[in-house]
Amino acid sequence: MGATLRVYKRRIRSVSATKKITRAMEMIAASRVVKAQRQVAASTPYAGELTRAVTAVATGSNTQHPLTTEAEKPTRAALLLITSDRGLAGAYSSNVIKAADQLTARLKAEGKEVDAYIVGRKGVSYYSFRERKVVESWTGFTDNPTYADAKRIAAPLIEAVQKDTADGGVDELHIVFTEFISMMTQTAVDDRLLPLSLDTAEGAESGGKATGEILPLFDFEPSAEDVLDALLPRYVESRIYNALLQAAASKHAATRRAMKSATDNAEELIKSLSRLANAARQAEITQEISEIVGGSAALADATAGSD
Amino acid sequence: MAELHVELVAADRQVWSGEASLVVARTSSGDIGVMPGHQPLLGVLQSGPVTIRTTGESGDGTVVAAVHGGFISFADNKLSLLAEIAELSDEIDVQRAERALERAKSEADAAAERRADVRLRAVAGVH
Repeated sequence: MGATLRVYKRRIRSVSATKKITRAMEMIAASRVVKAQRQVAASTPYAGELTRAVTAVATGSNTQHPLTTEAEKPTRAALLLITSDRGLAGAYSSNVIKAADQLTARLKAEGKEVDAYIVGRKGVSYYSFRERKVVESWTGFTDNPTYADAKRIAAPLIEAVQKDTADGGVDELHIVFTEFISMMTQTAVDDRLLPLSLDTAEGAESGGKATGEILPLFDFEPSAEDVLDALLPRYVESRIYNALLQAAASKHAATRRAMKSATDNAEELIKSLSRLANAARQAEITQEISEIVGGSAALADATAGSD
Repeated sequence: MAELHVELVAADRQVWSGEASLVVARTSSGDIGVMPGHQPLLGVLQSGPVTIRTTGESGDGTVVAAVHGGFISFADNKLSLLAEIAELSDEIDVQRAERALERAKSEADAAAERRADVRLRAVAGVH
């Protein structure tokens, strides 16, 4: 076998091994997307009911609560950025980080300091490489988040919101994550969780259930303030949980797409490499034939000469 | 007989839904019973067993669930029970809850003890 042909054969072998791996990763991601989507769907009733309840209290009572009232002059905002732990998902992490950067710039332009809270190793390494300050970060569960994870994330955020701004508390809470729209479309979105603006509470997650609905006058047990006190942290937790689940679904969908194009590329590469290998083999055969023909001609000439 | 629609949802799933004639739950200011036609209500739940007397399509019977924190909201003859953790009595692993209770007692972990106690009471159906 000729040297060039051997090189081509070797490259074809290595590309097909890579193709097998990317194909397997594509299938794994595809099955995980379905699972993650199911989880998003399973969490929707809770989120919807909670949103309804929050809207009911906020509209049905004139309670003033630190979590719902806008600060007169907001000076600090918390930003929760949800990225993934692992790469191999195309532009998934860089898109959501870019969205966070834009939001940070916008908030800074409004004269607010930005405290960063980060979920996922990709975001953490992006921030630490640029030596930006991160207040708190969480890693290790982005592929399969649970409600307990959301609670863990929400606790310091709620605490920060309830603290006075002068003591290091924040006035606003923003969340940046990747929204799962469909298998093919996921977009990075930013959302202001707190202070609560009622139109976002109505539109979000309830599937438009609350829009246009006239809410009855509720009787609060024990009191509107206490209900709101208990309700708002749960609301934040459930929104964060929903964001984590959507981000996980998006991550798997992005991985699936990235791995699919990697598999397609590998196929393309194998095709062109085998064309080259065929040409090299053909060239080798042609060369061998011409060598034989040339050799026999020389032999014939030699025997003719000796006669 | 009048009936109300009940949705019992935990953070990550829907636990139970159906028709009922009476729901008894524990709010922070005491037990509350909700029957069809109750005035709109929104309350904070304490961890404790919730008893649902089922009727209509769900058949006559009683469903008991252990609920850990959450809310009760009732409007338009629709009752929602929201809880971070909620389990039906037949989903609860009694032995595990008993073990958890003992462990919590020995470690003096009040929250865990309460959780285990609520689970056991839900299984026993005692209110």
